[in-house]
Amino acid sequence: MGLLSKKDAKLITDPLADNNPITIQVLGICSALAITAELKASVVMAISVLFVMGVGNVVISLMRNIIPSKIRIIVQLIVVASLVIIVDLVLKAFAYELSKTLSVFVGLIITNCIIMGRFEAFALANGTWRSFLDGIGNALGYGVILIIVGFFRELFGSGTLFGIPVLGDPIAKTGLYATGYENNGFMIMPPMALIVVGIIIWVQRSRNKALIED
Amino acid sequence: MEHIELFFKSIFIDNMVFSVFLGMCSYLAVSKRVKTAVGLGAAVIFVLAITVPLNWLLDQYLLQPGALAWLGAEYADYDLSFLSFIMFIATIATMVQLVEIIVEKFSPSLYNSLGIFLPLIAVNCAILGGSLFMQSREIATLGLATTYGVGSGIGWFLAILAIAAIREKIRYSNVPAPLRGLGITFIITGLMAIGFMSFGGMLTGGDDEETTETETVQVKEETEPKVSLNTLEESDNSETINEMSKVEDKSLANNTIK
Repeated sequence: MGLLSKKDAKLITDPLADNNPITIQVLGICSALAITAELKASVVMAISVLFVMGVGNVVISLMRNIIPSKIRIIVQLIVVASLVIIVDLVLKAFAYELSKTLSVFVGLIITNCIIMGRFEAFALANGTWRSFLDGIGNALGYGVILIIVGFFRELFGSGTLFGIPVLGDPIAKTGLYATGYENNGFMIMPPMALIVVGIIIWVQRSRNKALIED
Repeated sequence: MEHIELFFKSIFIDNMVFSVFLGMCSYLAVSKRVKTAVGLGAAVIFVLAITVPLNWLLDQYLLQPGALAWLGAEYADYDLSFLSFIMFIATIATMVQLVEIIVEKFSPSLYNSLGIFLPLIAVNCAILGGSLFMQSREIATLGLATTYGVGSGIGWFLAILAIAAIREKIRYSNVPAPLRGLGITFIITGLMAIGFMSFGGMLTGGDDEETTETETVQVKEETEPKVSLNTLEESDNSETINEMSKVEDKSLANNTIK
């Protein structure tokens, strides 16, 4: 990262681990859990949020001096909503099947707390370039967790990754299935998303003791 | 009948928190105390009950393909559904602001208990989610939309109440240090969601008789998941610690918490 100063680089690397929006700041959980049964949906969601956050943070940061503070929430919501409409229309045009899977959760990017949280905490007080980096960093941190959860849920739940079988054929009993391995159908169920995220938090906090709560 | 079915369906089967994970941010952030959880839960019921029917009207007479036909035949071709996100969120944000002003004016005591939570609610995904699900499930009438709004609000209320009660208890349990706080809350919510999955079969019966039967059963079951979870968490070695801390002085109790 020769382009970025050390301070700027930190804006991107921090949210990836020690200040992760999902596991540490507890923001944006809703969509993170609902659509992670498949890796493909997780990746698309991560990219959508990356776009909305990057552009949104820049727009809010450009407008920060002219937004009256009393109506800033509505202004922020309108900015995000317009960006999300773009994402939604693009998805419907180029990946219709996937946009059906994501259903209302594309729309729910609007109320994704990460976006509002970063607008409030960062973009309203910082310059455009730094806000952009902060947006990208937090969206990446969000995406990383989404992809980890999606990876484990799809691998153990249906034995595939991106829809491609990686563990052999469960019906013809080839590959790993020949040894008696079975898919854990429970991993696709919604409750397991919560438990997988819980375990990620557990692992992260046992590796970094500073993050442990009271 | 239709109303009762939708009502119970939106509370238990399609529970906002446990089956579609909406409103998780405030669910996790404001569930440390039962009292505040009740305040936020009540505010969510209130706002959902207002915004879902309002957005239903918007959807029906403005946004759906052909919804503008009431203006005249030449408008029948318009399809404004791409505007629904922005319209819904604007409605919600203004309604929340309006409700806040009205409640402050006419009922200061209610404002004191709900007031601080109302601004939080504009960005609660459960509220926007309620409207978006109302749209995608094509709910047929205004009455049903209201029922759906109230039902999902009550479902969310129940969920945050249950987790807040469990979190108050769990402070006395011996949770592994890295799991404390957020981690264990996630796992408990997961277990509760598994419990709520058992409601899935509740409304499968086609006959009127069968549905009334299941409804009475389900009222009893409603408390069960909470109880079983409570015992589950405390049944291990934590129970002895729990008793110990009651017997010994406060400083020991504080140690076990920390």
